[in-house]
Amino acid sequence: MTAYAISDSSTMLRRSLRRMRRYPSLTFFTAALPVVLLLVFVYVFGGTMGAGLGGPSIGANGRDAYLAYLVPGILLLTIVGAATGTAISVAMDMTAGIVARFRTMSIARGSVLAGHIVGSIIQISLAIALVLVVAVVIGYRPGGGPASWIAAAGLLVLTAIATSSLSVALGLATDSVETASNTPMILTLLLFLSSAFVPTASMPDPLRWFAEHQPFTPIVETLRALLAGTPVGDNGVVAVTWCVVISVAGYLWARRLYERVPVRVGA
Amino acid sequence: MNAIEVRGLTKSYGKQVVLDSIDLDVAEGTVLALLGPNGAGKTTAIHILSTLISADSGQVLVGGHDVARDPNAVRGLIGLTGQVSAVDGQFTGEENLRLMADLEHLGKQQGRRRVRELLERFDLVDAADKPAMTYSGGMRRRLDLAMTLVGEPRIIFLDEPTTGLDPRSRRVMWDIVRDLVADGVTILLTTQYLEEADRLANRIALLDHGRVVALGTPAELKRLVPGGSVRLEFGDTEQLERAASVIGDGAVRDDDALSLEVPSDGSVHNLRRLIERLDSSAVEVEGLSVQAADLDDVFLSLTGSTSREHVEQEVPAR
Repeated sequence: MTAYAISDSSTMLRRSLRRMRRYPSLTFFTAALPVVLLLVFVYVFGGTMGAGLGGPSIGANGRDAYLAYLVPGILLLTIVGAATGTAISVAMDMTAGIVARFRTMSIARGSVLAGHIVGSIIQISLAIALVLVVAVVIGYRPGGGPASWIAAAGLLVLTAIATSSLSVALGLATDSVETASNTPMILTLLLFLSSAFVPTASMPDPLRWFAEHQPFTPIVETLRALLAGTPVGDNGVVAVTWCVVISVAGYLWARRLYERVPVRVGA
Repeated sequence: MNAIEVRGLTKSYGKQVVLDSIDLDVAEGTVLALLGPNGAGKTTAIHILSTLISADSGQVLVGGHDVARDPNAVRGLIGLTGQVSAVDGQFTGEENLRLMADLEHLGKQQGRRRVRELLERFDLVDAADKPAMTYSGGMRRRLDLAMTLVGEPRIIFLDEPTTGLDPRSRRVMWDIVRDLVADGVTILLTTQYLEEADRLANRIALLDHGRVVALGTPAELKRLVPGGSVRLEFGDTEQLERAASVIGDGAVRDDDALSLEVPSDGSVHNLRRLIERLDSSAVEVEGLSVQAADLDDVFLSLTGSTSREHVEQEVPAR
């Protein structure tokens, strides 16, 4: 809209990054929960879960098999968990007067949102790197080669764009910081109702139908195939389509809300 | 030329009319104070003029640009310091100012110079490296205004700039406003303080229930209400009774304080006649004081005391 869209967005991104640097605990906690769950799932449930996976690839050690199965799910959990932080920081921003100031300035309208979205993606990338390091330390070895790893990274970034756009919109849609911290929980729940942690085949029929038709299952299946070096199949296209649709819809929704969000006088 | 022109500005939230066909003009380089009780619509007016929310009807020109049709042109000219502090508490004073310099596209050198200059002017040099959340109310407000000034706006909106400040900080803000006006900046400010409007504003618009009930210079407004009064105090009820019957209608009697308030323009002539009348009836007056009309009288007589009960509402803009 203005000639300064890029420079304004990068100013806003620098603002997000500076906050991240100043409060590294936010990024740390974004990674900490998935790491804890990774350890719990592997060492507490792993033996039993691995035995239940079935298939020829399961050898004597079910735990290792489950680790391989679980890591893509945990990576998505990291992305989804970060959504909460993003929604909260957007909601906090809106309650503070500074956004009212931005809106009375001649700056690119989307830049505030772009700063939040890109900042969130960077934070997610750092958290994912931390989670992966822990996974490798406890014995995770991805299959496939560099090409499929790059594709996996691409899919993770796409998913991060989708959830970040959506969580910025969720942060704008709520009228308090407290609500903003709760709404993204739906995403976490949705992830649990997918094939992220157990195969859909083990679920009751209605749930299984739901799990197979919601966005996270094709995403997690594609990621798993890329990290295992097995064929991706149709899931790849479905996963990318979901990501693009959610990203665009989330961003448009956020833009709409940003224009209309009430000016909070008494906060 | 007028920096701000408002014609027939109307805004309602549901059935509640917040602004009811407001007309305002603010000449370039002058200060207009929007004075009114809570809930009078002051903040809503500022929000519409600064492009934050849209009007239901009416025309608003700021710096010659229509806020509805060309909000971005307006945004390039204005600065707003709202009631809610618009500083980022997690960042230092300097970082907040640098953020503004970046968003105003000042460039590295110029931006740095401007930030330095503002830190010095607003007495924030020592606190420049501390997070804004540790600032006192007065410092925060100064930083807030300094941020507004980074882009050197020609038209500035100040929404209750001194509410909650201690007397010293208030005076500092007043001096800053005067300096800005001396530089030719146009200012529209809202305030609940009559003294503030009296001291800063070239013209005052008295707002009540969304309508402009009076508009003029402070002196013009003071002339709107019947002048001042003379307060007479008596030793006992008998003297009070007698004085009341001598003076007749128009005097306000207070039996508890044993006093009588008589309307008066405060002139010597008027006072002498009053005393002569009391003397001729042998009324003994214990004390006498002359009270000149002030904006309080204007405010109270024109806005109605019930409106003071209203609470400024959060604006439900959806």
